[in-house]
Amino acid sequence: MYKAFLIKYGEIGIKGKNRYLFEYALMDQIKFSLRKVDGQFEVTKEQGRVYVEALTEYDYDEVIKALSRVFGIVAICPVVLCDNNEWSNLCQVTGDYMERTYPDQHLSFKVFARRADKSYPKKSMEIGADMGEYLLDRFPDMTVDVHNPDVALNIEVRERTYIYSISIPGPGGMPVGTNGKATLLLSGGIDSPVAGYMIAKRGVKIDAVYFHAPPYTSERAKQKVIDLAKIVAAYAGPINLHVINFTDIQLAIYDKCPHDELTIIMRRYMMKIAEHIALEEGSLGLITGESIGQVASQTMQSLRATNAVCTLPVYRPVIGFDKNDIVEISEKIGAFETSIQPFEDCCTIFVAKHPVTKPNVRAIERSEHHLVDVIDELLKTAIETRETILCE
Amino acid sequence: MEVYMDNAATTRAYPEVVQLMNKIMEEDYGNPSSLHMKGVEAERYIRRAREILAGILKVEEKELIFTSGGTESNNLAIIGGALANQRAGKHLITTRIEHASVYQPMMFLEQMGFEVTWLPVNAYGLVDLDALREAIRPDTILVSMMCVNNEIGTIEPIADAAAIVKECNPNTLFHVDAIQGFGKVVLHPKRIGIDMLSVSGHKIHGPKGTGFLWVRDRVKVQPLMLGGGHQKGMRSGTENVPGVAGMAKAAEIEYTDFENKLEYLYGIRSYFIEEIEKLEGTVVNGGKSRGSLNRPAEDQQDACAAPHVVSVSFQDIRAEVLLHALEETHVYVSSGSACSSNHPAISGTLKAIGVEKRYLDATVRFSFSFDTTKEEIDECVAQLSRLLPMLRRYTPGGRKRGGKRV
Repeated sequence: MYKAFLIKYGEIGIKGKNRYLFEYALMDQIKFSLRKVDGQFEVTKEQGRVYVEALTEYDYDEVIKALSRVFGIVAICPVVLCDNNEWSNLCQVTGDYMERTYPDQHLSFKVFARRADKSYPKKSMEIGADMGEYLLDRFPDMTVDVHNPDVALNIEVRERTYIYSISIPGPGGMPVGTNGKATLLLSGGIDSPVAGYMIAKRGVKIDAVYFHAPPYTSERAKQKVIDLAKIVAAYAGPINLHVINFTDIQLAIYDKCPHDELTIIMRRYMMKIAEHIALEEGSLGLITGESIGQVASQTMQSLRATNAVCTLPVYRPVIGFDKNDIVEISEKIGAFETSIQPFEDCCTIFVAKHPVTKPNVRAIERSEHHLVDVIDELLKTAIETRETILCE
Repeated sequence: MEVYMDNAATTRAYPEVVQLMNKIMEEDYGNPSSLHMKGVEAERYIRRAREILAGILKVEEKELIFTSGGTESNNLAIIGGALANQRAGKHLITTRIEHASVYQPMMFLEQMGFEVTWLPVNAYGLVDLDALREAIRPDTILVSMMCVNNEIGTIEPIADAAAIVKECNPNTLFHVDAIQGFGKVVLHPKRIGIDMLSVSGHKIHGPKGTGFLWVRDRVKVQPLMLGGGHQKGMRSGTENVPGVAGMAKAAEIEYTDFENKLEYLYGIRSYFIEEIEKLEGTVVNGGKSRGSLNRPAEDQQDACAAPHVVSVSFQDIRAEVLLHALEETHVYVSSGSACSSNHPAISGTLKAIGVEKRYLDATVRFSFSFDTTKEEIDECVAQLSRLLPMLRRYTPGGRKRGGKRV
């Protein structure tokens, strides 16, 4: 029944002279999201609106699912199209639309008419009034309510007439690619995919780094991270996942540094490596899934200690979230089930019984000094031998 | 050199099996229920498979029900057996070291109102037969016990167990999960008083997704797959012709020249254990020498081992890490403890035989096939002796016990 979709977008509207850039980015993302959906679609822009028109048969649910993952879309309105010929024909089509969409018919409505094509014989007001009259005649149970209608029926006359009344919420945010790129430290947990999703929602393209430590972490743990990257990529667009072999660095730390500082020192080297890759790949910041106080390495003191090794800004979108809040988003984006698969990641194996919770940066630096002979070479090798996997 | 020592998980199909299945899928692809020639051809493969398998077990051909594997066979025996006989009573008996495909159906039946007695085992994993004798009641309808334990390779005294069951209550059915035992011990279920026996195809170099349940004539079992009435209504669904034929072919090969192969494999096993015990900080779990289906004499309990499974605990090593480290050198093993059930009566084999807590996470299962060579054992042991000191450097206990700082 629906031949087109009207795409409503929010924040892009206020972007002044850059607005067209955002609109084109949105259209690109829409086209990208529809590439795996069967059927042919045309994405057009006119007078501050974006339309997706289906040129062939298609699966409605698939299209809605694809579009509701495009950042920047506030709402998706499925549209019925009608050629501009006899008025009676438009009445018929509109009436049929109402009948099918609202089988119950006990409702109030208001017609919002717009006339972009000024050569159309009726004015907007007349379209509204005449269509209201037709619908009231055809459906005795319907009433008109101009202040608080149950159904806002939109009729827009362009080169054809667009009829719509349903609005399906989109994810909001801004189109990916309008705000540069950032590098996500992706583990196999719940938090980091959510963090990546949240930053991508602000229009940021995502790159990801994963620290693999065979034989302490298994191939399946790595596959899980790839799966998570793909889940985030369904919203954020293709993600380059850089897999770093972290084993030798981890063992060196274990060998030479105090065990209660293992995690914090490990985190610092992870940040260093991530920053190095970020700068190489043109990212403008790092993203982590840290949340204050969640674990020993995420106390204020620990965050300060890990932060101290980077010059790039570190974005921590879930910093003030409780675990439950994070889980909620994780479930919403479909990552939760994958995140809770029980494969060890490198954080959980080399953990001291009582890690420091209030590390002192100077003390940590002194401990790291034990590594001075080997660490540069180890970092270099880890970065150079990384494996890059395209996740989409 | 690739060393596959996880044959208790699954095996590589014999080339003859693959060849036969290929031919059936490409040429003789008919449905055995079809009336035309193509159907008759396909049916012949099923008949031939029945002949072979019944011949090995010395049972009647019509007593075999082909299934999708060991799990389905166990489910059919336990749930189907309990449902069909619940008028005679609602008491079931099994052991604390069964595979999940036995204890999960048992727990399901517990929820359905049946009562289950869980028998303990001794340090070798042998089921306590006195406890079995005491547990059998007039309303006991089914006893289920495994033939060879999948985690430590103990051969259970099922012949004695069968005798006890029939002596205490002749109406009680005795089911044996022989998924690890078939192909590694000589099994003649009818002669020792078993009523049902589960077998899987892929543990004996046959295809995955195949198996069968032998059900003694006149034993009542409620079918779980309902439909077109295939296999006399006991298991509806078009027979997996290539799978069934492949499984029978594998069984035929497995049981050819069997005594010699068994001798060879027990030799491999002893050699492996000898080499393993030379390594520092290792403990071999379960019995060490050759076992049989008959209960070993009290003073010879050590002699209860199947030829193909060796469970080893490594002091100060995490099994999963060792497994992945071995994997990097193309040696494939399994971590020892599979059971993580929440049921209070089920503890997993390692816990049930009293393995110390610190070893539960430190146990690896090595499992062989008749194709395992001495060279492969040497390679595996060489990798172990290289890896163990290295891995112990990075565990707290290992360092305390003299691992060197580098």
